[in-house]
Order: sequence, then C-alpha cells, then structure tokens
Amino acid sequence: MTDKAKTRAQARAYQDVFEAAGAVPFEADILQSADTLLDLYGEDIRARAYVTSDPLRGEQMLRPDFTVPVVQGHMAEGATPARYTYSGQVFRRQEENEARASEYQQVGFEIFEAKDPHTSDAEVFALFQQTLAPLGLRASTGDIGILLAAVDGLTTTDRRKAALKRHIWRPRRFRTLLDRFAGRTAQPAHRKALITSGDPFADTGPEIGLRSRAEVEARIAILKEDATVAPIPENEVQILDELLSLREKSPMVLENLRDIAVDLPSIGPAVENMALRLDAMAQRGVNVDDLDFEAAYGRTTMEYYDGFVFGFVSDKRPDLPTVASGGRYDALTAVLGQGVGVPAVGGVIRPGVVVDLLEENQ
Amino acid sequence: MTVKLGVPSKGRLMEKTFDWFGARGVSLSRTGNEREYAGAIDGVEGLELVLLSAGEIPRELAAGRIHLGVTGTDLIREKLAAWETRVNEMAPMGFGHADLVIAVPKIWVDVETLDDLDAAAAAFRAKHGFRLRIATKYHRLIREFLRDQGVADYQLVDSQGATEGTVKNETAEAVADITSTGDTLRANHLRILSDGLVHKSQATLLKSRKADWGPEERATLVALTKQLGL
Repeated sequence: MTDKAKTRAQARAYQDVFEAAGAVPFEADILQSADTLLDLYGEDIRARAYVTSDPLRGEQMLRPDFTVPVVQGHMAEGATPARYTYSGQVFRRQEENEARASEYQQVGFEIFEAKDPHTSDAEVFALFQQTLAPLGLRASTGDIGILLAAVDGLTTTDRRKAALKRHIWRPRRFRTLLDRFAGRTAQPAHRKALITSGDPFADTGPEIGLRSRAEVEARIAILKEDATVAPIPENEVQILDELLSLREKSPMVLENLRDIAVDLPSIGPAVENMALRLDAMAQRGVNVDDLDFEAAYGRTTMEYYDGFVFGFVSDKRPDLPTVASGGRYDALTAVLGQGVGVPAVGGVIRPGVVVDLLEENQ
Repeated sequence: MTVKLGVPSKGRLMEKTFDWFGARGVSLSRTGNEREYAGAIDGVEGLELVLLSAGEIPRELAAGRIHLGVTGTDLIREKLAAWETRVNEMAPMGFGHADLVIAVPKIWVDVETLDDLDAAAAAFRAKHGFRLRIATKYHRLIREFLRDQGVADYQLVDSQGATEGTVKNETAEAVADITSTGDTLRANHLRILSDGLVHKSQATLLKSRKADWGPEERATLVALTKQLGL
C-alpha cells in the first residue's frame, strides 16, 4: 500500500514543476455530470467510473479523470493560449482486476494553444520526459492523426471513410469493416437479400418505436448505394496494414512514413507535422533518435486522443501501471464546445506509482 | 459446521431443484407453514437448506455465507465480477433454460446482425441527438458483449420488468432480455439478431470458493457429490 503522504508530497513536487512551466493551478469538482461523460465516452464509461445519484441533480460520476472538467473550465472562462495544472484523486471502477487501484492521485499539465500544435506537443512531451528522467522509464509515442489521415486518403466513399474513422479506436470492428470495404470478405448474405428484395417490409408487423420506417428505408437506400461502390484497392489496404505495423525508432518511422506518403499523399501533412514535432522535441533536448514510435499506439484507449500520443512505463516493473501518459485531444474539445474546439494537448503522471518505483530503487 | 445449500425460495425453479436433488436421493423440503422460509434435507448428513431469492444466491456464494447454491448462470455472470474466481460450476441441472438475447423491432428489416445494429446506432444518434437505447436488466453482460463486438453509439436503460414493452412505449429502441421460447418477443413485434445470443443460461449447482471449507465441510461435500453422482 503506497503511503498517501508520500504520494501527496510527490504530487506537490510535480505540480511545482508544472507551475514553473507556466501552468495555472486548476481545481475540479469530484462529482461530474454523468450525462456529459456518457455522451462523450458512451456506455463503456459506466464500466470504468463510479456512478452515484441524488433526486435533484440525477446521476453524477466520481471524476474518472480531469480532462473533461479542465476543458469545460477553459471553454467557460479561459482565454487561449493557456496552461493548466491540477492534482487530485481520480476514481476508477474495477470489474476485472481487484489488484488495480480504484482511487489514485493524478497530476496533470495541459496546454490550450491554437498556434503550431507540434510545438505544444513537443513542450508537453519534453517537460514530462525531463521531469520523469530520474526514474529510468521507457517512452512510447504514436500519432492517431496519421491513422485518421490515412483513412481519409483511401479511394472510397466519404461514408465508408467515416465508418472506418468512427472505429479507429476499436481495432477488431475496424478490421471487419476494412476487409468488407476492400472486398476481402463477401457482403453478408442477409444484406444481399435485403437490397434485392422487392418488398423488404413484407410480413414485418406494425411500426413500433422511435426509429421510424423512413429511417429504415434511408439505411436500405444507403446499403443499395454502397453495394455499387468499388472495393478499396488491394494495394491501399496493404499500405494501410504496413502503416499500422510500423514500430521503430522515430527517425526510421518518419522515413518509412515519407515513403508511404508517396503512394498515400493524404498522410503528407500529418507526417510533416510529425517531422516538425521531432525537430521541436530535439530543440528541447529530447533524444529523438532513441525515441520509440508505434503507429498503432493509443488505438485501444477510449476515443479521445486524435493526434500525438505518448506513455511512460517502467521496464523493470512491468507489473506497475503506466507511470505517465497523454496526448492531443482537439476533437474532444470540439464535442464539449458544441462544435467550437480549442486545440489541446496534455498528460498526467501517477505520483503513487512513482513513489512505488522510488522505494524499489532505494 | 454444516454445509449450507442455497436454493431458490419459490416457484418453478424451487420445485425443479427439489425434483433434481430428489431424483438423486437427496430429499429437500420446506418446513413450517407455507410463508416460512425454512427447509430440511434428508439423505446427506451435515447439509443445511437455506431458501433464498434466486437473485441473491450469487452474492451469498461470493461472500461465502453459503457453501453451495442453485441459480442461473446468467445471474452469476451478471452479478459477480470475475465470477470464475469466486464460484465453481459443479453441475448444469438441465432446467431453467433461458437465452439472453438482443432483439430489435421486426420492422427494422435493415438490422439483422450486430454489425447492422452498430451502423443503425450511428445513424440514429446523428438523427435524434442521443444514443440508441437498449432496455435491459443485464447491464454488465450486455455492455461487455457489445464492447467485445465493437458496437458503439448505444446506451443501456434499466428495465426490471416488461422489457419487451419498452420499444412500443418509446423508452428504448431495442431490448436485451432473457427468453426461452421467444414467444413474448414475437408477440411484441421484436426479432432476435442472428448473432445476438449473449449467453445460454440454465440452472446450475455452484460451489463457493470463499466459504469456509474445513475438514468436516469437505467430508460432507464428498458425501454429497458421491450421492449426486457428480
């Protein structure tokens, strides 16, 4: 059991570092609106967050992280650019592993800045790397933005691209859709029967529920249209597979990505953004030649990060959770701001895990 | 110390459980008047009958307050996280069969599979401004199933009874419920998705891993399993 006083002292030390880097302390409520979190993350959040309620405010959740309140706070009264730091407990419901903490401290640093996102990405990463340097951790990085740009570049309809992008964070469903859109798997038989049926509504009984017959008809029309779409060319699927499997030191990945961009030009801007980011990191003292980059990194987190992503783990203690993690979440701010987003990037450290590591080292 | 056997306290599930044990030479019976939840066991020494609501048996097993229990595997999986670490399935009992399924209105001719449901949910959310609602009382099982299957843009709404009616009442767009014959679903103009079978449940004899299993209790268990032919 980690000593709470030590954890708090460690958290305080990190917050001092973040304040010295220009961040304003931010205080968040522990109780957060369940509606907002559910709308943002979907039903899965119920498996991860504690839900409570009262008859006046309805369902509330114990904050599973600080991101949502920080973004809301910034949108309500903050002026961009801004830097925030926060420190406090987060609560995570555990259904599968009793050994995982259901309550732990997080210290965070977030940048809201519209100009030169690669500079902010580099600032956050360099700050985290320097702050955590004494712990001898291994950093992993990735960039969801490159994956989204790759999907955008496929030769297919916008509707199919949207379906793929919606499932970027669900690799299995993404694969099923990609295989079907590429003609690798056949159109399901029931769908073929549906779109060739003269009267699909024969023998279906009354119209019940909120989803109207018109909505069903609209989807049949979409399926009919989709059935005439040419498959995504095989070479493009291979390129996408190659891209998804990239896992190397950053400069090597950058070279590979530039090669891929010749055949898939849509990723060009995202790849050049990565190049700018690596330069900005190098300027801030990060040894980018030794920095791991994994194209699929961050794909299995919640649909949240849509650009640069990073994490720090201890190879000596693989049993411990990720010590620190973060990334860019522009899309999330746009959802919370009802369409008006602010480019944002940030990360959190778990000081309790740091204390465990330090005690180990002594 | 006696070995406590938890059995559903009423209805067909209780009768069928009594029959199942009776057919194997262990006689279970209720004692006292009809309203009193007390019972007796003949055929095996050191065994005590505890009559409980079927829904509470998973929790009592997990806490180790009963050693053995009879309930549906659906309830075990819904109510106990990491159920395998808490209870051990000793014997399926061959009754109380029920399938936990996901069903949609028959009129949704475009939705035959979970893949369709996912696409319909995306379109529904875009049109109506909220996530497609699925009424159920099996929140954990359904959520885990849909997560594994990569279905997004839905929400679960709680329904503790008459779940099949929620679509007509427009409090949900689809349902996830227990069915044995599918008659109630059909009568309410609902159709099961072709890959919408979440779990096949039946009444099962379960052993608590947490209960106090001393030498005496173990001896009783050995005698019982021998008598039951397990």
